[in-house]
Amino acid sequence: METMTGARALMVAMEKEGVKEVFGLPGGANLPMYDEFARCNIRHILVRHEQSAAHMADGFGRVSRKPGVCFATSGPGATNILTGLATAQADSSPMIAVTGQVPVAMIGKDAFQESDIIGMANPVLKYSFQPRSANEIPLVVKKAFYISETGRPGPVLIDIPKDVQQKEASMIFPDEFKILGYHPWTDPDIVHIERAIEMLLSSERPIILAGGGAIISSAFAEVQSIAELLMIPVVTTFKGKGAFPENHPLSLGPIGMHGHAEANKMMTEADCVLAIGTRFSDRSVGTFEAFEKRLKIIHMDVDPAEIGKNQTTSVAIIGDVRASLRIMIKMLMQKAIKRTEENIWIKHVKETKAYWKENLKLHPGEMGAAKILRKLRELLPHESIVTTEVGQHQMWASLFYDVIQPGTFFSSTGLGTMGWGFPAAIGAKVARPNVPVVDIAGDGSFSMTENSLATAVLEDIPVIVFLLNNFSLGMVAQWQRTFYNRRMIGVDQGKCPDYVKLAESYGAQGIRAQSMDELDKAIKTALKSDVATVIDIPIDPEEDVLPFVAPGTSLADMILPS
Amino acid sequence: MWAILTLLVENKPGILFKVTHLFRSRNFNIDSISVGVTDNPEYSRMTITTFGDEKQVEQIVKQLDKMIDTIEVKHLDEHKTVYRELSIFKIKLSNASDSMEINKLANAYGGKIHDVRKGSIMVELTATPDQIRAFEELAKPFGIIEVARTGVAALERGGYEN
Repeated sequence: METMTGARALMVAMEKEGVKEVFGLPGGANLPMYDEFARCNIRHILVRHEQSAAHMADGFGRVSRKPGVCFATSGPGATNILTGLATAQADSSPMIAVTGQVPVAMIGKDAFQESDIIGMANPVLKYSFQPRSANEIPLVVKKAFYISETGRPGPVLIDIPKDVQQKEASMIFPDEFKILGYHPWTDPDIVHIERAIEMLLSSERPIILAGGGAIISSAFAEVQSIAELLMIPVVTTFKGKGAFPENHPLSLGPIGMHGHAEANKMMTEADCVLAIGTRFSDRSVGTFEAFEKRLKIIHMDVDPAEIGKNQTTSVAIIGDVRASLRIMIKMLMQKAIKRTEENIWIKHVKETKAYWKENLKLHPGEMGAAKILRKLRELLPHESIVTTEVGQHQMWASLFYDVIQPGTFFSSTGLGTMGWGFPAAIGAKVARPNVPVVDIAGDGSFSMTENSLATAVLEDIPVIVFLLNNFSLGMVAQWQRTFYNRRMIGVDQGKCPDYVKLAESYGAQGIRAQSMDELDKAIKTALKSDVATVIDIPIDPEEDVLPFVAPGTSLADMILPS
Repeated sequence: MWAILTLLVENKPGILFKVTHLFRSRNFNIDSISVGVTDNPEYSRMTITTFGDEKQVEQIVKQLDKMIDTIEVKHLDEHKTVYRELSIFKIKLSNASDSMEINKLANAYGGKIHDVRKGSIMVELTATPDQIRAFEELAKPFGIIEVARTGVAALERGGYEN
């Protein structure tokens, strides 16, 4: 037992959890915690807006699979992280947010910089704590990390009143604890796995749909084994993009609103789907009813509440998807089941894939989105990490940037948070400093958190912003062109700012690439650079993202380029 | 479908808020809710009645179960459950015979009379929500001034049989 302040206990407890970096911004109510950075081994990374701190922690968490940590002060500091918490919750990302709060006696008095962040953030959190005495802090931190990273991961908030940070208490740092109402892991039911195998073997047109859960549980080798053993084609959700190498002969890429044509097509033709860690979101499956009647669904998920939430399933396998897949593989091995011959379905799948590779019409210009993103793919090492912002560039990345090494592609897919990609890339780079990290961005999104350039430069975190600049809010513009008879309202961003000058003003590197040659050089320069780089790539503001499944329609009704 | 849910939760501040917030944010209905501490002061029991089709009720149970503060969540079978609600009716007395009539009615439903005044009478009735509604219908012609209801409290019949 040791006597120390609550703030000190927080830092010690976080060190015990292996925390090495914290993203944050100080203020009145979290100063006692900030003072502790002076005497602990945790690096503080200063942001210019708390929302970015949350996204950085999120990016860090997704890449390292350990909770990223962000700090904010009370009141506006705390409310500024709300979007970051909601983003992490929507994409099941492990994160710990630590906010300062007004002293206990001031809570509820509308004190200066008081906000009821526990109340406000409740629906976008996995859990929250507000320790009211200093000696609670060690156990709170222990529980917070455990809850955040186990089962279906998510953000956990620790809101600490200032006086609780300051008070001294005898601290016990427990190794063991119980949380009665929390059962993050369920053992998968063997009988259900057996039934799933029978179903897959007896179906004529099986397909694997890998979701974000496959990435979160690192089930890459397992997904590949099942696909290869049973010779089943693999589609992914957008969040699951990169759960399976996209250069694999059985890979069809993401389905969904802007899914690959061949993926959407094969999804609608399948008769049995092995869905791995997906919640069947509207953006992924459109209106499923159109073909679900003849589709048998095997649903694997760690979260029992996802079974039957959006989709009625034939067989449910609850548990960590990696563990479930491993059992399935073992059973297949024991039964000596391995398919080697291509059946009619696989031939049809491969033909369809080849057809769309040849026949999908692309933008005719030199600087069309497909050409730009394929160039990036060509020059980036496979282990590079890519994040995206939200909008057209994000969907083009989904269509034209193939993820070859699984688990290297991250995006705000659930909440669709513009401004996420850049700070998330910074967080990713902190987690994995030795690989290139690229934020595939659009001008609309990048504008929202561009001031994180200061963090990238001052903290020496050299990420690359790959900016497809169409001088507009491109996705909204596309919807206005498609659904609102070209009445363009509120989408023109003009040539403001000049992103090269903007980057330079922060001390970062800015390069404009207006031709493929320039782009080639720019990417190579950025990869060699030890300072953050913005590559500004002007593109045609009229280019649409196609194929496109209009909201509320079926994947079978996708709009193709004409 | 009308469903009775019983929740064993940690007896801590903020849990009721989280439970009701879940119903709101997931677009579920709360018909009634009652909360009280159990024999173990560390836990409270909540009884929630709700409406929804089978799939919705299943989702509600799963979402409640997922909450870290809930220790046990059960959808109770009405026929294997004792469930009661306490209600208090304040009813007008307009005619001389009203008091007698209401007394009879209350007796028929197992109610108790409280606070008889010149112009009003109070009836306490502990019964199922259906019986309370039926009593309410019969009391309406006299003129109901105010009603207060607690929401349902419920426990499954039977117990440990070893």
